[in-house]
Amino acid sequence: MVTKPETKFTRRGVLKTLAAGTGAIVATSALPGLSGFAQAQSSAPIKIGFQVHRTGIGAAYGRWYNRTTVAAVKRINDMGGINGRPVELVAEDDGTDPKRGAEVIEKFATQHNCDIAFGTLFSHVVYGSAPRAGELKLPYFVVSEGHHVASGKLNRYTLQPGITDVKSQVQAMAPFISNNLGKKVTMIFPDFAFGHDHRDFFTAAIEAQGGQVVESIAIPPTETSFSKYFPRIPRETEVIYHVMVGPAVLTFVKELGEFFGPNSPEIFGFIDSLEAVDLNSPGLEFLDGTYFWEGNPRHAQADQSSHDAAYRAAVGVDDSGASLEDAQDVSTYSHMFGCWETLNVIKRGMETANYQGPADRQKLIEAVEAMSDMPLSDDHPQGAKRFNGKTHQTFGHQYISKVSDGKLVVEHTTSIEDGLYPDEVDYTTQSF
Amino acid sequence: MTDTQRSQGLHLGVIALLAAAFFILPTYHVGNLSRIMVLAIYAIGYNFLFGYTGLLSLGHALFFAAGMYGLGLSMELFDLSAAPALIVGLASALVVSAVIGFLALRTSGVSFMIVTLMFAQAGYLTILYFGSYTRGDEGFVIPQADRAMFGFDLSNDTTRYFAALLLFSICFLAVARLVQSPFGRTLIAIRENEERARMLGYNTVSHKLKAVIISGTISGLAGAAYALLFGYAGATFATVQYSIFPLLWVLLGGAGTTIGPLIGVIFMFYLIDLSSSITSAYMLIAGVVLVLLTLFAPQGLAGELRKRVFKWMP
Repeated sequence: MVTKPETKFTRRGVLKTLAAGTGAIVATSALPGLSGFAQAQSSAPIKIGFQVHRTGIGAAYGRWYNRTTVAAVKRINDMGGINGRPVELVAEDDGTDPKRGAEVIEKFATQHNCDIAFGTLFSHVVYGSAPRAGELKLPYFVVSEGHHVASGKLNRYTLQPGITDVKSQVQAMAPFISNNLGKKVTMIFPDFAFGHDHRDFFTAAIEAQGGQVVESIAIPPTETSFSKYFPRIPRETEVIYHVMVGPAVLTFVKELGEFFGPNSPEIFGFIDSLEAVDLNSPGLEFLDGTYFWEGNPRHAQADQSSHDAAYRAAVGVDDSGASLEDAQDVSTYSHMFGCWETLNVIKRGMETANYQGPADRQKLIEAVEAMSDMPLSDDHPQGAKRFNGKTHQTFGHQYISKVSDGKLVVEHTTSIEDGLYPDEVDYTTQSF
Repeated sequence: MTDTQRSQGLHLGVIALLAAAFFILPTYHVGNLSRIMVLAIYAIGYNFLFGYTGLLSLGHALFFAAGMYGLGLSMELFDLSAAPALIVGLASALVVSAVIGFLALRTSGVSFMIVTLMFAQAGYLTILYFGSYTRGDEGFVIPQADRAMFGFDLSNDTTRYFAALLLFSICFLAVARLVQSPFGRTLIAIRENEERARMLGYNTVSHKLKAVIISGTISGLAGAAYALLFGYAGATFATVQYSIFPLLWVLLGGAGTTIGPLIGVIFMFYLIDLSSSITSAYMLIAGVVLVLLTLFAPQGLAGELRKRVFKWMP
């Protein structure tokens, strides 16, 4: 392990020397950024910096992450807060941009004096922000589903305890696809990191099940028409696996339907393509009878748990996954539960660590690292979870749903074990 | 006091003010200034080409990204330490700007803008295409332990600030000197009237190519410095948005002024930062302010100051 060089000349050290020498302590301590958290009272709110995609490509996710987070914080406060202290959200827009994301983290730590940072979905924002969180020693709880945390690329201050990562999700799909849909798969994915993750993880997972990827079709992210790619789909294909995202997904589905007509292979997709999109939108009729991965079933199922019902009501989502106030405003139901569950993990972690202020940040991380099984409950309405403290990543159940008359009906629920893979890092060996 | 002495006083004063700001400002603004100084290097590079040579590029993100990935990939893939990686970053930006300059300078005016924009877009897509190495849009983190140079930990707030100040000061003073040299005066002559400069015997193509290379290399230095000081390299920095930013900074601060780039970056940074804490429609506020500034201060903040008050300003 490389030892970080020590810098003897620190800003705070210089300030202290100057102040002691000149009696200027009164003047310097009056500066807002230098006063630190010393005046924090035990009754003061616990401040959670919420990094949210209000603008940019992630805005649809951000809107629902915000609603879920606000609902979760309200519930926590209604139950008495954390360690007897109310929770206060400090939301800042990261613009779905890694540079702004890092700036926002800095703002949470040094201007708002937040206890922790939380939120955000898009992986590039997490990658851009995590180094600053680590340097500022600010616990950073992400709800991103990226493999970045478990891959070991980040740091001890970054954790993902509320949502399963993409590697686990993809791996858990392979047995169902291989056993029920077919063994010869053609993958269609966007030609950027998210798509490459699917290509790499699924190719390995389906081969482990005795299947194979017969063709991988990467679509450039700037593409607006897809018909020219479909002739590359081999005739032997039994299953098409698609993970297209972005505004062109409607065109993609429509053109895929026109290409195949009624005689298509089995089709399996990730709902990421259609989060915040009404399945009854014109052009999506072709999806009827196809399968989707769902992180959390958008439509309330016949065997809906009381926990999902309570969560749905608290966030303001109807049985079809849309806003109670506007049926056209479809939620990002497969991902946003991660905000709810992460906040409950933070609450439990702070209570276990008897968290009082920033001085207890390390104790908070150690308390979360010590967590393991999290049962299905109002705190975890999506399903039971198993947190791996070494990799800072949680693992949970995944849902495979079939589109039937514009409704997603769960056909199969994977076990937690389906998504487990060997550890790639042990963050607990890293120093704080 | 001569104008030259006044100019030198201004430049050294700005650097002294930035150094003093570290001890005076609250922590948050100190962190912001570190970032602002790195971005101001980028704006200085852009200003050299746009403000002094009169070439409007819409593809400078390519040079910024060349520096960023030159440094980042050499550390990620070849385990280079920070100092040689910084040199690789600079060399990458130099080579890329030389090639792009050689090709794009066959055009001028609107065509130059479009060609540079297209090259930058091609660069962005290249980063995505080689995602196995670059991690595409997601980018990659440069480990904290590797971000050290000459025994200094560049992830430390203090060293980061003074490293940014050092790089900024070098570029700031060098460009200020350069634009007052015969070479810089020739570039200004080309900006004002290229035909006339050519008629006077100057090889304008060669001068413009040198300007593109200098501008691109300074922009690349900013990209490499950003990756090194803030620990992240990603394709977002190669998008068209990051080609537009330096244009905005320079226009707001004052094109063809030495302190304009710094003023423009500070202004834009805090305009976004402050307005975003008021409303989620902060880009609307930013847009309105930009329109107003364009209407009432068309030469940018420093440009207007030079026009109305300090006529000696470089």
